[in-house]
Amino acid sequence: MSGFDVTVVGGGLVGAAIAYGLAGKGLKTAILDEGDIAHRASRGNFGLVWVQGKGHGRPEYATWTLTSAELWHDFAQQLQDETGIDVEHSNQGGVFLNLSAEEEVGHRAVLEDIKRSLGNRPYSFEFMDRAALLDWLPGLGPDVVSGCYSPHDGHANPLKLLRALHQAFQARGGQYRPHHPVTAMTAINGGVRLTTPDGDIESAKVVIAAGLGTQRLAAMAGLYAPVGPNQGQLLITERVDAQLKLPTNLVRQTGEGGLMLGFSNEEAGYDTMTRPVLLKNIAWRCRQAFPFIGGLKVVRSWAALRIMTPDGFPIYDRAPEMPGVHVATCHSGVTLAAVHAQRLPDWIAGAALPDDMTCFETGRFNVQAVS
Amino acid sequence: MNEPASHDLIVIGAGPAGMAAAVAAARHDLDVVLLDDQPAPGGQVFRNVEAVVAKSPSRAALLGRDYGYGALFVDAMRQSTVDYRPETDVWQIGEDGTVGTLSPAGTALISGRRIIIAAGAMERPVPVPGWTLPGVMTAGAAQTLLKTSNLVPDGRVAMVGSGPLFFLVARQLLAAEADVVAVLDTTSDENYQAAQKVILGALKFWRDLLKGRRWMREITKSGVPFHHEVQDVRIFGQDRADGVSFEAKGIEHQIEADIVLLHEGVIPNQHLARSLDCAVRWDEEQLCWHVDCDTWGATSLERIAVAGDSGSIGGAAAATHRGRLAGLDAARRLGTIDEATRDRLGKRDLQADQRLASLRLFLDRLYRPRREVLVPPEDGVVVCRCEEVTAGDIRQAAALGVTGPNQAKAFTRAGMGPCQGRNCGLTVSAILADAGGMAAADVGQFRVRPPIKPITIDELADLAVDDPLE
Amino acid sequence: MFRPYRDTDDATVRIHFEGQALDVPAGETVAAALLANGVSVFRTTPVSGAERGPYCMIGVCFECLVEIDALANRQACQIQVRDGMQIRRQAGAVAAVP
Repeated sequence: MSGFDVTVVGGGLVGAAIAYGLAGKGLKTAILDEGDIAHRASRGNFGLVWVQGKGHGRPEYATWTLTSAELWHDFAQQLQDETGIDVEHSNQGGVFLNLSAEEEVGHRAVLEDIKRSLGNRPYSFEFMDRAALLDWLPGLGPDVVSGCYSPHDGHANPLKLLRALHQAFQARGGQYRPHHPVTAMTAINGGVRLTTPDGDIESAKVVIAAGLGTQRLAAMAGLYAPVGPNQGQLLITERVDAQLKLPTNLVRQTGEGGLMLGFSNEEAGYDTMTRPVLLKNIAWRCRQAFPFIGGLKVVRSWAALRIMTPDGFPIYDRAPEMPGVHVATCHSGVTLAAVHAQRLPDWIAGAALPDDMTCFETGRFNVQAVS
Repeated sequence: MNEPASHDLIVIGAGPAGMAAAVAAARHDLDVVLLDDQPAPGGQVFRNVEAVVAKSPSRAALLGRDYGYGALFVDAMRQSTVDYRPETDVWQIGEDGTVGTLSPAGTALISGRRIIIAAGAMERPVPVPGWTLPGVMTAGAAQTLLKTSNLVPDGRVAMVGSGPLFFLVARQLLAAEADVVAVLDTTSDENYQAAQKVILGALKFWRDLLKGRRWMREITKSGVPFHHEVQDVRIFGQDRADGVSFEAKGIEHQIEADIVLLHEGVIPNQHLARSLDCAVRWDEEQLCWHVDCDTWGATSLERIAVAGDSGSIGGAAAATHRGRLAGLDAARRLGTIDEATRDRLGKRDLQADQRLASLRLFLDRLYRPRREVLVPPEDGVVVCRCEEVTAGDIRQAAALGVTGPNQAKAFTRAGMGPCQGRNCGLTVSAILADAGGMAAADVGQFRVRPPIKPITIDELADLAVDDPLE
Repeated sequence: MFRPYRDTDDATVRIHFEGQALDVPAGETVAAALLANGVSVFRTTPVSGAERGPYCMIGVCFECLVEIDALANRQACQIQVRDGMQIRRQAGAVAAVP
């Protein structure tokens, strides 16, 4: 009997952050992970800690995101204290670039809607013209109509974040088990038994945070948690001396100096091939925003399979048919890492999901499931 | 510049395999495009052979007849209907037959009904302490400088390594009167037993074996310090290579040098094939990954074949046979010859290729790299040259539970530099296998994605396509 | 580091390395031309500033990166010299000009 208090199935940004938080509460925690070539959305993450534009039509999501962004700085600092790893969190704000008047009009309408829906909660944004942005974004191109600056936005290094979470988790006494895909889940007295090719794990509680594997695993516990792949292609250039002071929705400069470019959204199934035409479009559009990047070499491209629920919002739920089993999955693993580490563990430990989080339960999909 | 529709066959690489494939296919009425990144054909083994044979008699004599024969291959290629395009980098290929090219005229996308990848080989990385210092190069680099640029090393040269190319270059540099101050043979004495077991099959290649022995004798007769069973190699120097220290048969040595040339065999130059995620297989004899293909070079992907060393190491002669087989098979698959004709025309190449396998096995065993070349024991050794990631960094990641190279890449940045893991991939995987007690076959290798060669944002953004998305 | 062997061709072009004029054989690769003129350090790395020179000479190691005619990180072993070419060591990351 391996006897864990909580077993998190999935070692990506979501699973690792939750597990880190649980281990910090003194719970005996394990992470079960797959192998080297698993879908691994975390490795394809753009790295934004992003607030603006999120939660349109779902103010609870906007609130959840805002809370996480506010907690992020301390969260990053704590990780650095525990591991020595600087996850390069910058929270000076971020800019959403509008390359046409229509884009600007549409974006403004969305943000004003969100602000209204949040009532009293501070939610700031400011549309600025190109000249005003040049100090922060040198070389911003003439095709940029405007940029929407939000002080709530920021960015971090998603790979360093993942490493720091794993390192801190293990330093807190957590057990990491790679090559342990879960093939079955059974209710047992006092918890759940997870079957893996390398033996059974028994745990009082389980958190399914397995990205694209979540749906299959949730079904084992009788929960319908629809997630599908949404392919994003990304490019990164050779290292450049520091230029961009703020991240944007199209381009951000990493800590090492490379410029990361990307925005594409493809329904491409589970295909992880990058396509030249899509890469061309990314290059073209990002060059529109920053013409000076034209001479920089592309060093890598990758296609990341990001997690998408039908409405784009996270899933947080418990499985009524298998007590102890929880599901946690979302699209924005970096942005929500802070709340995943500092808020969700309370819920998993037994607290009720806050009122304003019940909208993330799987019940909202039942209508679709039936039809 | 845009190529509208398709060609029949696109061959990538104008070395012996690529030229043989292109010529064979063209002979059977296929429309063939042969792409190569160099200004002249020949690949590595026949680099610059046309110019050397035509204009440089001393170099031709130094490089030998085996090199000179390459001029005949190049001639056959030039006489054929093959559309040969030099100075053309391939930065992307697709399962659907598209090929992204970069030439002096810019980027383009062309497409073929079939692609044969004949990208050849590269030298196995030799991660010893000090290997990143200026003045340290590969033995092949010295030979390339001789072939392409008519240059020989100036200054004291220490050579460290093992394998046919190593001894060939040693003797060529001696014959060129370079100041070779030491030839340090790292061949492990354990290899002789394993090689003996398969020598019978290699005996039909007695001419090649005798040639090898002659090279060794020439080196010995030159009087240059020639040490055997060399291990624990370290290159010392502050800002550049000043020499090499090593242990040979229990005795420590130190030799000063201005240039240190390393070589521990060759491995497939496989990034193009791997970017397609085609099936691969770990080979324990060659200690590298092979593209899984049939005897005609057909891979697990419908339109993609490989020929020559980029699939698995066979050497120049085998590459020529495999190239012809792939070219014939392309003609069969694209309908200009039938299967019986293909089999008849390919019979001799098939037999020759199979024969050569026994020589190859003997050489693989005789020159198997020492463990310390594959898994550097010292933590401080740089493994990823581009990102300056050390063996210790990889082992630290393994201690965190990282079991595969892609996770290691995410955690350490190994493989994220411009060489895209060409020079660190095998080492990273070997260290992880060693640290985790796993088989190399189970650890896997870096996932490879385009651009396979660097292209600029401009070159990518200005790629001409028929249907740009908006 | 390297010197010409035999049967040298006389045709040369003039290139500049770090401002210094060099007459080198026409058709030569930039890497070979520099090596033949005693240059062993081609760049300093963007990671640590370590000095590096060519390693493989066949375009797979990316150590021979130099700045050619104001374009950064060009593989010297893959590019042929041209009259008037201006070559500089690649000093760390690309200095972008926004």
